[in-house]
Amino acid sequence: MTTSLPRRFTARTQAALAVERLAAEASRRLGRGSGEMIGGKLALRVSPGALAEVGSHRLSACVSGTNGKTTTTRLLARALGTLGPVKSNSGGANMAPGVLAALSRPPFDAAAALEVDEIWLPKVAREIGPRVVLLLNISRDQLDRSNETRRIAAMWRELGAELPETTVVANVDDPLVAWAAAGWHRQVWVSAGQNWTADAMVCPQCAKLLHRNDTGWWSECGLARPEPIVAVTGPRELRWYGRTIPARIDLPGRVNLGNAAMAAAAAREFGVEVEASLGAMTGLGDVQGRYQEVVLGEQGRRGRLLLAKNPAGWVEMMELLADAPPRPVIIDFNSQTADGRDPSWIWDVPFERLGGRQVLVTGERKEDMSVRLAYAEVPHSVQPSAEVAALAANEKVVDVVANYTAFRDLLVRCSR
Amino acid sequence: MRGASTTRIALIYPELLGTYGDGGNAIVLARRLRWRGLPAEVVQVPAGSPVPEGCDIYLLGGGEDAPQVLAADGIRQNRAILRAVGSGAVVLAVCAGYQVIGVTYPSGGQIHEGLGLVGIETRRSFGPPEAAPPPRAVGDIVVEPDPRLGLPTLYGYENHGGRTRRLPDAGGFPLGTVRRGIGDGAAGGGEPGHGGGEGSPGTDGIVDGRVLGTYLHGPVLAQNPALADLLLGWVHGPLPPLDGPPETVALREARRRALTTP
Repeated sequence: MTTSLPRRFTARTQAALAVERLAAEASRRLGRGSGEMIGGKLALRVSPGALAEVGSHRLSACVSGTNGKTTTTRLLARALGTLGPVKSNSGGANMAPGVLAALSRPPFDAAAALEVDEIWLPKVAREIGPRVVLLLNISRDQLDRSNETRRIAAMWRELGAELPETTVVANVDDPLVAWAAAGWHRQVWVSAGQNWTADAMVCPQCAKLLHRNDTGWWSECGLARPEPIVAVTGPRELRWYGRTIPARIDLPGRVNLGNAAMAAAAAREFGVEVEASLGAMTGLGDVQGRYQEVVLGEQGRRGRLLLAKNPAGWVEMMELLADAPPRPVIIDFNSQTADGRDPSWIWDVPFERLGGRQVLVTGERKEDMSVRLAYAEVPHSVQPSAEVAALAANEKVVDVVANYTAFRDLLVRCSR
Repeated sequence: MRGASTTRIALIYPELLGTYGDGGNAIVLARRLRWRGLPAEVVQVPAGSPVPEGCDIYLLGGGEDAPQVLAADGIRQNRAILRAVGSGAVVLAVCAGYQVIGVTYPSGGQIHEGLGLVGIETRRSFGPPEAAPPPRAVGDIVVEPDPRLGLPTLYGYENHGGRTRRLPDAGGFPLGTVRRGIGDGAAGGGEPGHGGGEGSPGTDGIVDGRVLGTYLHGPVLAQNPALADLLLGWVHGPLPPLDGPPETVALREARRRALTTP
């Protein structure tokens, strides 16, 4: 298979890609997930320069931010797909090994839409030199891991100065993102919305309190919300380079229209017209199982799967739940490393809004969630699993809101 | 107008000092009063506005470096908390808030002057200047409270870079002895190489009059309802009994199993 690799790849990287393929296949055969992580890790050990070799000679975009990475990457991959083949780490493995795995199969000149973890973005972007970087938002997530939102913003800002050929597509509604992107050589400013402001109260530039009103935010030091060239202006409407256009996608919620606007603005940098982008995005009804309806357990109960892994994500889910008839809600809550070990953020979520629904709680930290709901005076029951909870629900169709590992495990069980 | 017996709970600058769900402490205190039939009011004090006079309980939570300094400067401006403490108000200060109520605290590579409500000082490290500072203290923490408080084991989560120690002339006493985790991290053997004396277990927090500081979040009062009732008792005197709620009993049992079984 190494004969199909471009000549410019070093022997070391050719070996690394062979190792990646073998390891990924072995991992899949053993039923240990889709294999991107282990294959990519081994390959990087064999050839630390592999990412630059497979990534730098193609058109690529990196998508980063606390919330919406996977969805936005998927939307962008669809839009870029109108031009030709696209590589993407659609499995959600978003650190260097996962990105490498996505780029390690031919064609090696295919465009790439890459989801990249916030902290890994500088390393990945320096290696592959993307044409476009999308910066969505920065909020608290995994409190035990990245404890300083501003530090991530500062890291991104420095990165921009090193990438003179790269355009940043940035969300003006997040002050941390806008400040980070202001340090780049070229910006496309998008108003994608921000319904969680609690993590951006302080100016990242001067550390004074930010001022806000309905139309924007500004700081005494002069930092202010840039004027966006693309904006979400209604539930099915965008302002797009001076005109108003209808925008309808199949993913629910205003938050996903914001993700679509970001992706379309990025795709435009590759030459894709907005109508073509949005057209390619419709028909995408679920992302990695999110928003998908699945069968829960053997009794045929059905559940719509929703992911909420931090306060910002939960507030989005609250909006989304309010848009639909009030079904029972199952909350499946873990605190493994990938979730963040510290579950205290659930006290920032306005769970009072679930009042009036039947609420069922499960997961490894169900007791923490149960105490939170008790103090929110939301009646609920505690259940051993989501499947058992679905049986205990008053209706045959439920919404299941899970955080990262709970969601992942649920998806695996439901697709068996 | 509030009735004479309404307990006013001031949540100070939640946008700055609320990184670790510490706003939950206000929810817990207010609910535990209302469940007993006692009126309570949570006074949200948004960043940038003056700290109100005359509240019964003042809550300071955790925050990142720049917000911590901004919050401390705001609190210092009208000194309302210091006056309130002088007239018997209760203060619960957690994490960054705990550091701020001390005499000095580190932030952004500098040492800042704290509020001086209690005799503690916090630094990035108390080790020799040439030694690398200790790693951030991040993880579950279990504290055996001082017997004088009559409290059961305290469970929480900690996430801080600073190390804290009592000054020689400090009043009050440590909140408790660290059984798991780092806590103050400056007193003893809780963390080899970073502590002061060898062998003695490390402590966490301080109780000085009606001011209580700790590194435990979680929020601390959600996981430790007896601590919430201790603070409320300082305001009210003996409180009507309140069992549970049962959810907290289950949570404490789950934490005990997860954190104290070998």
